[in-house]
Amino acid sequence: MRKRSGVVHLSESIPAPLQGDLPAVSAYGLQVVRGSHTVLSGVTFVVPRGCIVGLLGPSGCGKTTLLRSVVGVQQATSGHVQVLGHPAGAAQLSTRVGYVTQAPSVYADLTVLENLRYFAAALGMRGWRREDAVVRVVKEVDLTGYADQLVSRLSGGQYSRVSLAVALLNKPDLLVMDEPTVGLDPMVRRELWVVFQRLAEEGTTLLVSSHVMDEADRCDRLLLMRAGRLLASAPRSTVLERTGCTGTEEAFMHLVEAAEAAEARQRQQAAAQALLPDLAGLYGLHEQGGEADAERAAFSTADTRL
Amino acid sequence: MSLGRLVERLPFSPTITAATAVRVLHQISRDKGSTALLLGIPCMLMVLLKLMFHDSESSFERIGPQVFGIFPVIVMYLVASMSTLRERTTGTAERLLTMPVRRLDIVLGYSFAFAFLALLQAVISTLLCVGPLGLDIEGPAYLLMVIAMLGALLGLALGLLVSAFARNEFQAVQFLPAGVLPQFLVCGLFVPRDEMQGALSAVAKVMPMTYAVEAAGEAAAHPGVTGVFVRDALLILVCVILVLVASAATLKR
Repeated sequence: MRKRSGVVHLSESIPAPLQGDLPAVSAYGLQVVRGSHTVLSGVTFVVPRGCIVGLLGPSGCGKTTLLRSVVGVQQATSGHVQVLGHPAGAAQLSTRVGYVTQAPSVYADLTVLENLRYFAAALGMRGWRREDAVVRVVKEVDLTGYADQLVSRLSGGQYSRVSLAVALLNKPDLLVMDEPTVGLDPMVRRELWVVFQRLAEEGTTLLVSSHVMDEADRCDRLLLMRAGRLLASAPRSTVLERTGCTGTEEAFMHLVEAAEAAEARQRQQAAAQALLPDLAGLYGLHEQGGEADAERAAFSTADTRL
Repeated sequence: MSLGRLVERLPFSPTITAATAVRVLHQISRDKGSTALLLGIPCMLMVLLKLMFHDSESSFERIGPQVFGIFPVIVMYLVASMSTLRERTTGTAERLLTMPVRRLDIVLGYSFAFAFLALLQAVISTLLCVGPLGLDIEGPAYLLMVIAMLGALLGLALGLLVSAFARNEFQAVQFLPAGVLPQFLVCGLFVPRDEMQGALSAVAKVMPMTYAVEAAGEAAAHPGVTGVFVRDALLILVCVILVLVASAATLKR
C-alpha cells in the first residue's frame, strides 16, 4: 500500500545510525512548563530521515508546543531536542529547517512574489539564486497564476500555500508544519498532500501536525499525543498491528482508553502487576530504548489534571 | 576581503536590514490612507496652530518651533508601535527568527523605513511652516527639519519598544497617554521647566522630549547652531539608540 514503509523499517533496523544518517529529529525527556501548567512532559521520540511523520492528538494536547521546541522557538524546561545533529534552534539549522506556523505567517498586504522575495532575502539569498528559488517554489505550490496578487485577496487555501512556499525556499531538510491543512476544503487538502508526498520522495523529512485522524493514513510514521504526553511513536503499520485496529482513529482511541484505564487503576491503588500485561504490549510500540521509561510514566502516573 | 569580514562581525546583516526596510516601505505604500495621514497630520496640526494664534503672532513664533519636536513623536509612535505589533501578532516575526535573521535586522529595518518617512514628513511640514504659514525663526530653517527628524526617531524608537510589552493594538494605544503624554506636559511647552515644582523639573530632565523642545527653542532664539542645540540633538540620538537596542533585546523568541 505504501511504497516507502519498507525504507522506514530499514532505517529502524540500524541500531546506531551512521554519521551521515543522523535522525532528522530526536527528542529525549522533553518537558515544557508554562507557569503552573505542564504543557509537555517526558516526550521522547526519534524521527528518521526522509519520511512523513504525523503528529496527531486532540486540540490543546501540546502539538504546537512540541513543534515549536523542534524549530527552537520554544525553550524546553528540561530534556533535549536534537535536529539534524544539532541542538534545536542552532544557527546552523536556520537555513535547513522550514517552519510553517498554524496561522499562515506571511504579509497579507504584499503580493505573493514580494513575500517570497523578502523571505528569500531573509534566508540570505541574493541575485539570481533568489529569483530562482522564488520561481521554483511558486511552481511547487501551484501559485503561478497568482504570483502578482496581494496575499489578502487570495483564498484560504492559496494563503496557506504562500506560507508553505516560504518554508520551501531554501529546500529544507526538515519541514515542520503545524496543521497546514486545517480549515481547507478536501480538494485543496488532497493537493497539499500530493506536494508533501513529492517532497518526502525527494528526501525531505516532514513533521506534520493535525487533529484530523484521517490525515494520519497519509503518514509513514505517527506520533500520537494526548495531554502533553506521547502515547505512541512508531510506523503507522506498527501502531495498527499492535493495537489490532484497522484505522488510525480507532488505534488512537484504543491507546487513549488504555492510558485512561491505566490512570484510573492507578487512582484506585490497584496493584502494579495488574498493569503489566497491558503495558507489555504497548511497550512494543517503541523501538527506542529510552522510550520505555518515558512511556511507563505516561501510562502509570495518575494525572490529576485530566 | 576585509570588508567582508567586517560585515560578518556586525551585529546585523546589511542585506537583510535593507530588504526589511524595503519590505516595510512596500507595505506602507500599499496603504495609501495611512501614508496620507502620516504625512498630512503634522501639517494639519501646524495650520490649526497658526489659526489658533491668529491674533498673537508672538505666541505662534514661540510655540510653533517647539511643537516641531512633539507632533512627530506622537505620530511616529503610533505608526511604529502598530506595525511592529502586527509583525509580532501575525507570527511573521517568529518565522523570521527561525531564519538567519537577527533581531537587530528587524528593528533596524523598521527604523530605516520609518526614518525615511520621518524625513519626508519633516521636509513637508518645514516647507509648509516657513512658506505659507510664515513661521519666522532666528536660526536657519533646516534646523526645524532636524528637530522634526529627531522627534520622529524618538517616537519610532518608543513605539518599537512599547510593542514588545503590549499584547494587542488596544494596549499599544493605551501606552500613548501613559508614556508620551507626560513628556508632552512637562517638556516645557506649557510651563517653563525652571518654574515647575522641583521634583517635576527633575523628571522633565530625564525625558527625551524635553530636549527636543529645548533644541527647538534654541533654534528659534539664536541665529546659527548653538552648543546647546548640538548637545540636545546628541542626547536625543543617544536616547534613540538606547531605546532601539532595548527593543531589539525585548523582541521575544
